[in-house]
Amino acid sequence: MGQIQLKQVTKSFGDVQVIPPLDLTIEDGEFTVFVGPSGCGKSTLLRLIAGLEDISSGHIEIDGKDATNLVPAKRGLAMVFQSYALYPHMSVRKNIAFPLRMAKMDQAEIDRRVDGAAKVLNLADYIDRRPGQLSGGQRQRVAIGRAIVREPAAFLFDEPLSNLDAALRVGMRLEISELHERLKTTMIYVTHDQVEAMTMADKIVVLRAGFIEQVGSPLELYHNPRNEFVAGFIGSPKMNLIKGAEADKHGAATIGIRPEHTDVSMSEGMWQGTVGVAEHLGSDTFIHVHETGLADMVTVRITGDIQAKHGDKIFLTPQLDKLHKFDAQGLRIG
Amino acid sequence: MATKASRSAARLMMAPAVVLLLGWMLVPLIMTLWFSFRRYLPLRGGDLGWAGFDNYVRFVTSSSFWPAVQTTLVIVVGVLVITVCLGVLLAILLDQPMWGQGVVRILVIAPFFVMPTVSALVWKNMFMDPVNGLFAHLWRFFGAEPVSWLSDVATPSIIMIVSWQWLPFATLILLTAIQSLDSEQLEAAEMDGAPVLQRFIYIILPHLSRAITIVVLIQTIFLLAIFAEIFVTTGGAFGTRTLSYLIFQRVLESQNVGLGSAGGVYAIILANIVAIFLMRIVGKNLDN
Repeated sequence: MGQIQLKQVTKSFGDVQVIPPLDLTIEDGEFTVFVGPSGCGKSTLLRLIAGLEDISSGHIEIDGKDATNLVPAKRGLAMVFQSYALYPHMSVRKNIAFPLRMAKMDQAEIDRRVDGAAKVLNLADYIDRRPGQLSGGQRQRVAIGRAIVREPAAFLFDEPLSNLDAALRVGMRLEISELHERLKTTMIYVTHDQVEAMTMADKIVVLRAGFIEQVGSPLELYHNPRNEFVAGFIGSPKMNLIKGAEADKHGAATIGIRPEHTDVSMSEGMWQGTVGVAEHLGSDTFIHVHETGLADMVTVRITGDIQAKHGDKIFLTPQLDKLHKFDAQGLRIG
Repeated sequence: MATKASRSAARLMMAPAVVLLLGWMLVPLIMTLWFSFRRYLPLRGGDLGWAGFDNYVRFVTSSSFWPAVQTTLVIVVGVLVITVCLGVLLAILLDQPMWGQGVVRILVIAPFFVMPTVSALVWKNMFMDPVNGLFAHLWRFFGAEPVSWLSDVATPSIIMIVSWQWLPFATLILLTAIQSLDSEQLEAAEMDGAPVLQRFIYIILPHLSRAITIVVLIQTIFLLAIFAEIFVTTGGAFGTRTLSYLIFQRVLESQNVGLGSAGGVYAIILANIVAIFLMRIVGKNLDN
């Protein structure tokens, strides 16, 4: 079980309120991702849930029981840190066994659980080594191993992949998703990378300056962003946001169109511009278009390849049914 | 310094310093070795010729040799235990964020800058004097009989004085070690259910082990040779005669240079045994 509820939770450091009153429910078994730009309070929120920071006001309930004043160890949550925080003087086995030893579990049960975790995470080959002798990916696995042996109500991940190289990151992303499928335990995952959020989450919580901008499934956020910020944050490359006369035509203060929802032609179309940089990825091509008179730069994405060079004239036509409209306050219209 | 030419140039330029240091070490060492085999009594006839191993035999069979070894060990071990234990506690305390941290840290380090002779005199006259010392006043305030520190409990008193001098050194090294501890490790241990004491035993102490060995190694080498503190307080009386003090007495008070030199050679051997022993421990610790 692992349902976590935040009720009117706030956090201030001195006079600075980093988390304004905030309500959030994380259902049992859900993979929730907190995402937002750096400094948006997502890590602080995670640490509040973990109990590593005291909340300034409000309540935290875990499985319906008030956990506001419980010490971290008593909340039944396990955390994977950004730096992994492995104990350098202990072997991998001792690292993983540490929380069980602290819980005064008997040795046979400790061995059974550690071996189980080692099997799940393929740690058996280096179980007697020290963390200093392991690679980044292996350390990451040990840190996850140390979390799963406790059989916690929920896992908390604090940007766990940010220290890994790109290829390893994709691999570990899959492993964590698979782990979630297998364990069905609640997971809360903090990241600034919207790709990680989109690929892993059941539910995404988009944060900005401590405020929750939107909560929803990845596709809900993609298709129906509640405001301009979410629209610009979710999706890669970023959504093109256009203000001014063009937006007025559609009865909005700002219109947004995703790069993949724009048709491109070299001969005719609604908007005209000049090709800046064309990024050829093979499967897709991203073209950055300048001098459209709409915004500094409009990005379009087309599948396959197109012969467009720097300085070429290019015509863009947005798919009008995929157009997002926002009012002057940045909120979604319709 | 990759090329052959630059390497030989470097050797050439370092040579004067190396030769000077080597001479500085070798001349007294060889003189000590030479005198230790001579009957040399400056006020009773001077150099009276070859003595063989007589001086060595006389030095260890003298009734004051083993007590001196014992006193030396008691003082070294006592000071090490006190400075390391208090050093760890003080380091943890100074690591806490507090108002006036910089000033407090400088104050803590201050005793290290006081010369041994001066600090021993201050302790002897201001704190431990049985009539006018602060301790005597304190004792009398509570209605107790003042303790004659430097005659009744002379060895512990000297341990106290020397510990006071060396505590800053231990604290400083341990503090820098504690500051290098990753706070996420402590938080992870907290999440793992380790209470404060367990966090100290399983996370902080192992992290400090390397710093502690370094403190022990460096202090041992210096503590084996403490002299001024004994000279200005008890003058070697009341069971505070260490090996180095015994050597001093043999040479200057008994005016027997040969005998004292033999003692000096024993001290060199003892210090080297300790050093090798400690180097191996440190080496082991530094490998991990």
